[in-house]
Amino acid sequence: MTAPGSQPARQGARSLDPHLRRYARRTAGMTASEIRALFAVASRPEVVSLAGGMPHLAALPLESLSAEVGQLIASDGLVALQYGSAQGVPELREQICEIMALEGISAHPDDVVVTVGSQMALDMVTRIFCDPGDVVLAEGPSYVGALGSFAAYQANVVHVTMDDAGLVPEALREAIVTAVERGQRPKFLYTIPNFHNPAGVTLAAERRAEILDICAEHEVLVIEDNPYGLLGFDGQTYPALRSMDADNVVYLGSFSKTFASGLRVGWALAPHAVREKLVLAAESATLCPPTFNQLVVSRYLSTHDWKGQIKTYREAYRERRDAMLGALEQHMPPGCTWTRPTGGFYVWLTAPEGVDTKAMLPRAITQRVAYASGTGFYADRLGSRQMRLSYCYPTPERIREGVRRLANVLEDELELYRTFGSVPGREVSGPQAPSPDTA
Amino acid sequence: MSDRWVAVLAGGLSHEREVSLRSGRRLSAALRATGLMVEEWDADASLLARLREQRPDAVVVALHGGEGENGSIQAVLEMLGVPFVGSDSRACRRAWDKPSAKAELARAGLSTPDWVVLPHSTFRELGAQAVLDAMVDRLGLPMVLKPDQGGSALGARVVREASELPAAMVGCLAYGETVLAERFVDGVEVAVTVLEGSEGPEPLPAVEIVPDSGIYDYTARYTAGLTEFHAPARLDPTTAAAVGELAVAAHRLLGLRDISRTDAVVAPDGTVQFLEVNVSPGLTETSLLPMAVEASGRSLGDVFAALVERAVAHDTR
Repeated sequence: MTAPGSQPARQGARSLDPHLRRYARRTAGMTASEIRALFAVASRPEVVSLAGGMPHLAALPLESLSAEVGQLIASDGLVALQYGSAQGVPELREQICEIMALEGISAHPDDVVVTVGSQMALDMVTRIFCDPGDVVLAEGPSYVGALGSFAAYQANVVHVTMDDAGLVPEALREAIVTAVERGQRPKFLYTIPNFHNPAGVTLAAERRAEILDICAEHEVLVIEDNPYGLLGFDGQTYPALRSMDADNVVYLGSFSKTFASGLRVGWALAPHAVREKLVLAAESATLCPPTFNQLVVSRYLSTHDWKGQIKTYREAYRERRDAMLGALEQHMPPGCTWTRPTGGFYVWLTAPEGVDTKAMLPRAITQRVAYASGTGFYADRLGSRQMRLSYCYPTPERIREGVRRLANVLEDELELYRTFGSVPGREVSGPQAPSPDTA
Repeated sequence: MSDRWVAVLAGGLSHEREVSLRSGRRLSAALRATGLMVEEWDADASLLARLREQRPDAVVVALHGGEGENGSIQAVLEMLGVPFVGSDSRACRRAWDKPSAKAELARAGLSTPDWVVLPHSTFRELGAQAVLDAMVDRLGLPMVLKPDQGGSALGARVVREASELPAAMVGCLAYGETVLAERFVDGVEVAVTVLEGSEGPEPLPAVEIVPDSGIYDYTARYTAGLTEFHAPARLDPTTAAAVGELAVAAHRLLGLRDISRTDAVVAPDGTVQFLEVNVSPGLTETSLLPMAVEASGRSLGDVFAALVERAVAHDTR
């Protein structure tokens, strides 16, 4: 790589990052990404973004919230703007227990730790349980933010197969046994039982006890992440795993989907000893969750019809889900399959053989539609044929238009596949994806 | 504070929007530091009305890819009679289409790696494998595939084995309908900024690019620390002069104006080979043009402030 007449290296070489040799090894994957850069375009209004999971905040009663926030500062400003407890505001923790009771959980406020969104809870749980190289189990596919936390602590993710009824118990047992045989007992199972992100499926009620039994039998902790549990379109709730096992489940909840994502208020409910460690971990991470935001949530829960608000959200999301499923039926080329969620935000679409949804994204952006490609939801590069479609934010009309554009993109991509045939090197996601035909 | 005010156009809807926003922010800060009043505008549906109503003294186009480099925005500015920094719409169109620019410069006697240009339809109609085989016969391996238009190495791939070609083609064709396949030259990669002043176009010191991975792709371009740069490039005086001459020749032959950046490679046999030219080069923290400006002993703000004055002075051009 040296031209004739070139000179040896001399001082003056620039790497543009003088700290390069100081970074921890875990930063190795923190690089600029061609695909991530494309999402700058997705935020433009010309693009129908089916990529992000932004809640439909336009449904909130902003005027009365505004008055409530003003009153909070006027009456309790010196408390709201002050440091608080690392565990969270006591009255909010009591209210959180009332919310969890809707899904069958009986809990004491002392065992609740308020966090900066449930993402922080995920980070802390991983921090206190995982050493580098530890194995954690997660559904395949799984929430990209959880995979990011696991990667940050250098844990190895083993995905467990799902089908239309959620996590497959036998597959879970097999994954645990295989890991144990390799001398790596999994530290925990991370699961999103209700209206899964990104798969859109729900763990069948009859599987829940079995999943808990398998984990208890093999001494594997369960991390239950349940941000969407109250967003079932027919109003149905499922018994939380935590409601069936108080000792071996750490439960993560959030106000991001049921109230306001920008406040970043979530929580963890954990067995006493674990809760103690979480509080200490939280203290070192943030000192305390934002007092102001906690009090906003607390006042909202006290003064507003929050259950009615959740019903409003549910109806809006059901309308959007219907728009998406209708448009998919109408426009998608043969060979595409997708899940049919009964709650939550997401449809998980599997494209025909040969399509690589990550490679296809620039074409989609050109045609002014965006989605989340499937590989981001796996730690092992599977998911190349899949994509997550969010229906939570765009209006039904925009969703229909977005799906129409996406169908055209897929048609073009399929034509490329017909031209170039089987493309070696592509990962094929097979059994790890939920079975959309029967969802 | 000068009373001159400038609109920096950044963002847009091309695949390079993020890079452009970063370029725009950096350029705006640099221009403000020279005392100019600067606003950053996106290229969206409000742009024409803003240009008409607010009439900036000059516009600097920091849009990358698509409308910002193919002459479209420049044509609009010309229609409205708004002075702007950079090449006019016709020159932008000539430079934007990489195969056309290569052909034009090759005709003028400049060296450029051998290439073929093929749309997707050719592969579809003639049979992909036969065409791919012919490409390998002609260009050998490794070869470089890139979209015939666009920048930031988006969609570009270095293909080392024939078996990698179909996947690379599909990745490349996601960015456009036509692929430029080029013989890979394993040499010293350099970027040469050409700056026009009262003496005409002059080359700034070449910047030598040494990516850790060996490939100067999107990640290597925009992750600080993944590429080592040498400015000026580690070239002997004769070769350094030759790369400068090549960049100035490209600038002149394509009719470019004010500022451009030519990417080239110094082959093992010492020849300097033209790769492509950029009419709206990146101005981010990891971009090549600011390094060249710094290596020349100037500041980015002063260089562009002078170009703004030049644009205003030549408003009738």
